[in-house]
Amino acid sequence: MSYAREDAGAPPSLFPDYGSTRTRAPLQPPLRVPQTRTETTGPAGWDRLMGPSLADLTTQHGGVPQGQRIIVTGRVLDEDGRAVPDTVMEIWQANAAGRYIHGKDQWDAPHDPNFTGAGRVVTDAEGRYRFVTVRPGAYPWGNHRNAWRPAHIHLSLLGPAFATRLVTQLYFPDDPLIEIDPIANAVPMPYRQRMVARFDMDVTEPNWALGYRFDVVLKGREQTPFEEDDHDH
Amino acid sequence: MTIDVADRRPEPRVDNQDPALFGQTPSQTVGPFFHYGLPWKGGADLVGQSDMGARPELFPEAHYVLNQSSPTGTPVGAVIELTGRVLDGQGAPVPDAMIEIWQADAAGRYAGEPGSDPHFVGFGRAATAEDGSYRFRTILPGAIGAGHAPHVALSVFGRGLIKRLATRLYFDGQAGNEADPVLSAVPVERRATLIATASGDGVWTLDIALQGERETVFFDL
Repeated sequence: MSYAREDAGAPPSLFPDYGSTRTRAPLQPPLRVPQTRTETTGPAGWDRLMGPSLADLTTQHGGVPQGQRIIVTGRVLDEDGRAVPDTVMEIWQANAAGRYIHGKDQWDAPHDPNFTGAGRVVTDAEGRYRFVTVRPGAYPWGNHRNAWRPAHIHLSLLGPAFATRLVTQLYFPDDPLIEIDPIANAVPMPYRQRMVARFDMDVTEPNWALGYRFDVVLKGREQTPFEEDDHDH
Repeated sequence: MTIDVADRRPEPRVDNQDPALFGQTPSQTVGPFFHYGLPWKGGADLVGQSDMGARPELFPEAHYVLNQSSPTGTPVGAVIELTGRVLDGQGAPVPDAMIEIWQADAAGRYAGEPGSDPHFVGFGRAATAEDGSYRFRTILPGAIGAGHAPHVALSVFGRGLIKRLATRLYFDGQAGNEADPVLSAVPVERRATLIATASGDGVWTLDIALQGERETVFFDL
């Protein structure tokens, strides 16, 4: 058993418009190696590893955070559409003003004492997850003159195996910053749109919160073993 | 026919939910501000109960919502430390990277496999320090089968890394390095970038060069 390689939507490591990649991206092509049990197994037992779930980012402190309350929900699937149950999704984000709680974030938008911006949940038997948070703000960064990141939520998934590890970002619909953002643009169109959540009235709850739907698709199992499809004679 | 106002829905966009686009969710960088969200206290200590792995000094204490290190029992095996620095293409340390490890227990079994050590999780996470260094406390993994050399799988994340970089750490002088199916797939002249050297009592050192002359070999998984 092995996992599929990247599909056509995968970004390159080196994307010069995103300046930090110039000295940090490997310049050698990644080496294709056989997958062993090291790559096809992965950790489990999330409570022990990471602690209890934190699904509501709006109730972690004494008061209610500033900003638009939102629900973000969806499923974690593999490429064959199968649910990925019992896998941890970790998220982190800026607050409604676009400020991170991080000490190295020097933008002078206000901090919110009632908002940290970190959460984690484990998917259920159907691969479902659900967070309550506030919509993050856009913020400026130093990549180029007048550079602004589109509003986004960072997502981290381990999935069933070392081979399926994924860190990505969720973007919001109709954000004009996406199409000029060098990080989002590292992903070619139309695949970039896979990272844009859908506003969904059926997730939205009356008099309470706007709802967004976002599925995460991890690498699927490869039908053909590596040894058979990669013999060069 | 008109649709009741409460049942109206926006037109679907070309987005995450579009069936025509169904496929792998693309990777994006962790960025520089992941420290309050990912690396927890004790995440880099697979043996004891220290706070290794986290960088809690980078944000206010009231905003530490991640796990606290918790007792796991003592895993079987020789306790080792894995350390080194993450370096960029100019040889400068990378202070905002994060390393994850995944490894077998002392008998070569992964957590969850039958007979695996119940006190060993096999997974660890460490943010790099200001000098680009990482440090894990773990046990020396056993070989996962005949013909395999003991090794630790590594993932590297960081600002400027759009994708997770996957590699492996091997141990200098271990039986089986020559025959290992992954290490032997690496061109001879680049194998040293994956082989940690013993630098003291149970301390194994391997620098990770993201780019440049001694660029670490990263895998297409």
